[in-house]
Amino acid sequence: MVNSLAHTELLRFTTAGSVDDGKSTLIGRLLYDSKSIFEDQYEAISQTSAKRGEEGVNLALLTDGLKAEREQGITIDVAYRYFATPKRKFIIADTPGHIQYTRNMVTGASTANVALILIDARKGVVEQTRRHAFIASLLQIPHLIVCINKMDLVDFSEEAYNKIKDDFSGFSHRLDVKDVEFIPMSALLGDNVVDRSSNMDWYGGSTLLYALENVHIGSDNNFIDCRLPVQTVIRPYSDAYHDYRGYAGRIAGGVFKKGDKITVLPSGFTSTIAKIDTYDGELEEAFPPMSVTLLLEDEIDISRGDMIVRENNQPDVSQDIEVMLCWFNERPLQPRGKYAIMHTTQEARCIIKDVRYRLDINTLHRDEENKEVRMNDICRVLLRTTAPLLTDPYRKNRITGSVILVDEQTNETVAAGMVI
Amino acid sequence: MTANYQLNHLRELESESIFVLREVAAQFENPVLLFSGGKDSILMVHLAVKAFYPAKIPFTLLHVDTGHNFQETIDYRDQLVERIGAKLIVGSVQEAIDSGMVREETGYNATRNYLQTAVLLDSLEKGKYDAALGGGRRDEEKARAKERFFSHRDEFGQWDPKNQRPELWNLFNGRKQYGEHFRVFPISNWTELDVWQYLAVEEVELPNLYFAHERKVFRRDGMLLAESEHLPRRPEEKLERMTVRCRTIGDITCTGVWESSAATLEDIIAEVSMARQTERGGRADDKRSETAMEDRKKQGYF
Repeated sequence: MVNSLAHTELLRFTTAGSVDDGKSTLIGRLLYDSKSIFEDQYEAISQTSAKRGEEGVNLALLTDGLKAEREQGITIDVAYRYFATPKRKFIIADTPGHIQYTRNMVTGASTANVALILIDARKGVVEQTRRHAFIASLLQIPHLIVCINKMDLVDFSEEAYNKIKDDFSGFSHRLDVKDVEFIPMSALLGDNVVDRSSNMDWYGGSTLLYALENVHIGSDNNFIDCRLPVQTVIRPYSDAYHDYRGYAGRIAGGVFKKGDKITVLPSGFTSTIAKIDTYDGELEEAFPPMSVTLLLEDEIDISRGDMIVRENNQPDVSQDIEVMLCWFNERPLQPRGKYAIMHTTQEARCIIKDVRYRLDINTLHRDEENKEVRMNDICRVLLRTTAPLLTDPYRKNRITGSVILVDEQTNETVAAGMVI
Repeated sequence: MTANYQLNHLRELESESIFVLREVAAQFENPVLLFSGGKDSILMVHLAVKAFYPAKIPFTLLHVDTGHNFQETIDYRDQLVERIGAKLIVGSVQEAIDSGMVREETGYNATRNYLQTAVLLDSLEKGKYDAALGGGRRDEEKARAKERFFSHRDEFGQWDPKNQRPELWNLFNGRKQYGEHFRVFPISNWTELDVWQYLAVEEVELPNLYFAHERKVFRRDGMLLAESEHLPRRPEEKLERMTVRCRTIGDITCTGVWESSAATLEDIIAEVSMARQTERGGRADDKRSETAMEDRKKQGYF
């Protein structure tokens, strides 16, 4: 039993949309039909539904979080939900969809393998749809599933489905998305969520749960370019491990093997991997997203923030970095302002040397005139850092290609950036 | 080629948690690991041992002791501390009551669970700890579903749900002002079932309370509670001898037990997979109101 359960994969997906699209109902439906709802939870929402005078049990209540949100009937933040089937364990980053919540969508999208984009079949592709698709492509979510919801309200019409599909494809080809699937459904009635719909015989594709269980995520990580950002150096100072010096970190890219020739950046010293160590014993190779400890043949000076890479495959080492920024803070971006910058396990300071343009995320128009960047805006900037950062383009590696900016007075995370 | 390079969900969760534990060791000067003796904190210690192997774990353990424990919990705690060679600090609710720092609840539903918050904050302040590692999981409760890995607290230890730092990729911002601290939740993404599966795969030794055993219990508000000198019974609450186990272990006054015959970890996993009630369904502390957890977190509960 333990062994059969231990072979499931982990899939993270994000859902962007508003209550009006039926997003909460969809999540509630997924949880309920996959039998991930417990009796006491179900009882609690039944009572609340009755108290509010609603007919039947409102599954959307399952995703209600904080008191403040219930009072206002809104979602203010990313909420994480969990469910599992024998095939996969799922982590849902549930984010609100309105424009003022772009930062939450970006946050939820940053770690997702799959993005669900909800469309109300009656309304078709609207501004919000385009925004969600754009953010999914900006954050390089490998797979998109377009959920065309409320099909029951358009008589389960194939025509309505095809029109939305065409409209969506019409603009999505301008975006950087590789894998898109369209599913017609009714979250309210349960059609094509977990169980196949008997109302849409014209649809030959899969249900949402089937798609989530079978989308290929095996190559979502970068297995080509070896990168190990060093988190901490392990030195036991005990008699048994007197000379032990291990470089601990989580593999951000590539496959490291025992005996590999490596280079340490930024110093440029080279050595050979003597041992890939873990509590459970030595490994022959290590790949993302494993947390391991590397031991090297030679004694060289390595500390947190350094990166271990392969000799003939190195990241960019630079103090001038072009990034797409999503601004998160109420205080607008200060042109030529100084911020702390965090990248992998390294921390430095940076100055925003130039705002290249501000992007209108609805039209994709690049505004080079009005470059005032406020909360939820997306812009391209040139950063100059106090120390060289070891980056890859975000398109190649989501871990070594991402940064956050931190306000040095308040310590708040004010922006997220993707290296171009 | 990539087909072989896929971790199963338990190994991926393990790797994520180890990453977070190492970030805490690297980013903070004086972190402490909150240890309650429950399975989640046992998991945390196990992961910490793995993260820093072969060095000792770089965290002091802090147990906020209500004085109303299952004896098995204390025995287990002391053995564990000795085995891994860690330093243990005990924050005592009894001492806080004796010194007048907090006042004890009275009545049949009295519990010291709420007093833990004051003692926790006091212990963190005395030890000058700048990060407290907790075994909270997002699947436990709706307020926890919005919790960050790195949860910023002001100098009063309060959680402001509207003012949490966005957390992207694996970049954790642990910067803070003097006097502020962080609560860090490395096992945020684990579910109850994940925890049990992993403890079974790793063959981690657990307190006997988690396995089916005979005990004198009584019924209250649809829950089964264990007989204890700390838990006065109403006249109509009769003791019964039953085969039960704990799904969570907390203060004895508010930890419900469940009728169960699960004697091994495999049995427990089977039971948890089939369970129709959340594990916190047996926690009286969550039943006080719909927003009990949210309110406690705002006050500084972990």
